[in-house]
Amino acid sequence: MTESFVPVLILILFGIALGAGMLIVNWYVGTHRRNPSKLAPYEGGVPLLDTNRKRINVRFYQIAMLFIIFDIEAAFIYPWAVIYRDATMTSSGIALFALGEMFVFVTLLAVGYIYVWKKKAFDWN
Amino acid sequence: MPSTTAFLLLSALIFTVGLVGVTVRRNMITVLMSLELMLNAVNINLVAFSQRFSSLEGHVFPVFIICIAAGEAAVGLAIIIQLYRLKSTVNVDEVTELNG
Amino acid sequence: MTWADLLFLLPEIVLSIGGCLLLLAPVIGGRNNGVAAKWSMLLLLVATAAAIYVAAGAGIPSLALGTLFVADPFAVFFKLLFVVVIAMITLLSAEFLEDGRYSAWEYYSLMAFALCGMMFMASGTHLISIYVGLELLSLASYILAGYYKNETRSTEAAMKYFVLGATSSGILLYGMSLIYGACGSLHLEAISQAVATMAGNQALIIGVMLLGAGLCFKVAAVPFHVWTPDVYTGAPTPVTAFLSTASKVAAFAIFARIFYMGLHSLEPDWNSIIATVAALSMIVGNLAAVTQTNVKRMLAYSSIAHAGYALLGVLAMSEIGLQGVLIYMLVYAFANIGTWAMVMLLRRREYAGENVDDFDGLHKSAPLYAFAMVVFLLSLGGIPPTAGFIGKYYLFAAAISAGYAWLAVIAVLMSAVSMFYYFRLVVAMYLKDGAAADVIPSRQVRFIVIVCLIATLTLGILPERMIRGAARSIAPIVNLASR
Repeated sequence: MTESFVPVLILILFGIALGAGMLIVNWYVGTHRRNPSKLAPYEGGVPLLDTNRKRINVRFYQIAMLFIIFDIEAAFIYPWAVIYRDATMTSSGIALFALGEMFVFVTLLAVGYIYVWKKKAFDWN
Repeated sequence: MPSTTAFLLLSALIFTVGLVGVTVRRNMITVLMSLELMLNAVNINLVAFSQRFSSLEGHVFPVFIICIAAGEAAVGLAIIIQLYRLKSTVNVDEVTELNG
Repeated sequence: MTWADLLFLLPEIVLSIGGCLLLLAPVIGGRNNGVAAKWSMLLLLVATAAAIYVAAGAGIPSLALGTLFVADPFAVFFKLLFVVVIAMITLLSAEFLEDGRYSAWEYYSLMAFALCGMMFMASGTHLISIYVGLELLSLASYILAGYYKNETRSTEAAMKYFVLGATSSGILLYGMSLIYGACGSLHLEAISQAVATMAGNQALIIGVMLLGAGLCFKVAAVPFHVWTPDVYTGAPTPVTAFLSTASKVAAFAIFARIFYMGLHSLEPDWNSIIATVAALSMIVGNLAAVTQTNVKRMLAYSSIAHAGYALLGVLAMSEIGLQGVLIYMLVYAFANIGTWAMVMLLRRREYAGENVDDFDGLHKSAPLYAFAMVVFLLSLGGIPPTAGFIGKYYLFAAAISAGYAWLAVIAVLMSAVSMFYYFRLVVAMYLKDGAAADVIPSRQVRFIVIVCLIATLTLGILPERMIRGAARSIAPIVNLASR
């Protein structure tokens, strides 16, 4: 079983050796002539407009925060869905109760959503 | 399927990384990430035990922990943002208005 | 879980709905009206208290959410205490919320959610429900501690509280997961059955130690106390009153419930650790308080010491010990809120009026309030005829009968030390002249001072009802422990 992977291993090693070998040969054989445009991150592209290590606007954090909270709620809906499917097959009383519970859950989420919305946390300006 | 012990070792390792991160790191964002590591180590523990006992309790608890961890992250981020607005830093060591 | 179970959850349901309505009120009504918010909150608290009575009278075994939740007399005792404490803090908070700089509706909404969390802590019989309640309280507390959001000190307090609180939650949870691994269940009764059969299981011992460390953080016991002085000083004063009473009492509720209900047969393994923590809390808390000149910091250290005293009751693992915890929590709540109300009464600006010399000559300008302060301090120190004496009497007696005479000696010595720094305030009020800080003309804060004064004296002089109430409340848990 394990032996059958030997060709794969050889291929991987050959690939690494080939890549590294070409780079090393290039480094020693080729000439080095550095100039600013050659050192830019995208030699063949447009020049950079600005640095890429800028501070990110705090609003992104705000949106991320809200996203996490509403996103995670799905973790509760999956187990509920499984139980609800089983319940509808056995007893309608429990199914009705489970449905009611989900309505309560979604209502609570809606309360939070309305609060965030009315507080204008989604407005970008 | 690795044994329960393997999961426990992994979780102990992650928990330790988280705890050390909280105590050593001075950047609030990193501290927040370390806190998440600690909570997720607990989740690994619970799910590993749950698998071993074939009891569901250990599967239900992580759902709650994940959800609360998200809430905690949100509150933490909000505090960090407020702190940055006031002090222009997220470094724990530079916030020393209260002596102690 | 059926519709009938919901009756036992009625107080929590009322609070959750009320909390949501308080949250939605400003975005729908559109105005930041501190007075309306205060009255809405008080109305909600009255409704909650009524719901607690309904739920308590709804029958036995009073389990809800499967068996995750129980509305037994132990829980009812704590829930009523929480409602009273939050009502007092609502009135204390009213003043700083009414001037309109901070949004009042959200503040009370957070208080309502925190109260809901505390109630879940008091009622939880399963580590999941206890943890969820604890986090609901903690998350609300982090935000409340930073409620003066334009003050660096308040935000810093929130940050410190958040980092250390979340870390302790992680440690607590890791302990819970190990206990689950050792016992195969997260339900306290199942844990107690499993614990009885497994002496010396290492996963269990480590789990209990981590759980204990997390709980010690929440009650602010040494060596997990470092956050307390900073957070208590930086947070808005009504929030400090909330953290040092409501939050601490709730943490003791789960401390007692977990150890008496789930881990009572584990005794020999953990009690020496708890004894050390209790002794250290009393010594460090009281000695550190002696050198403080800031009243808020002094009271913070004193509250660390009080956690140490109350731990004696958890440690004793006896009927009288648990009774002592309940009584102590009750009397501590009134004396402590009274003291914080006095600190608020002397406030001049956001934070000022919190130095010891702000109390200089208070007995001339406001003799009644100076007297009230003396009564609160005597109660905190445990001097008869105030209520604090009854509480300490029970705790110390429990420690002695459980064979911890040395701890009782430390406790008595440290109470004497505490009288030393409490009396610095008394000396300032009665013997020193000087410009006392202005007594602010807030009827609400004055009202709370008077209520706490009456409660502290009444409970101290006529303690029978309180003692009987505590005895009734602990019955279900003690029966479980002795089974």
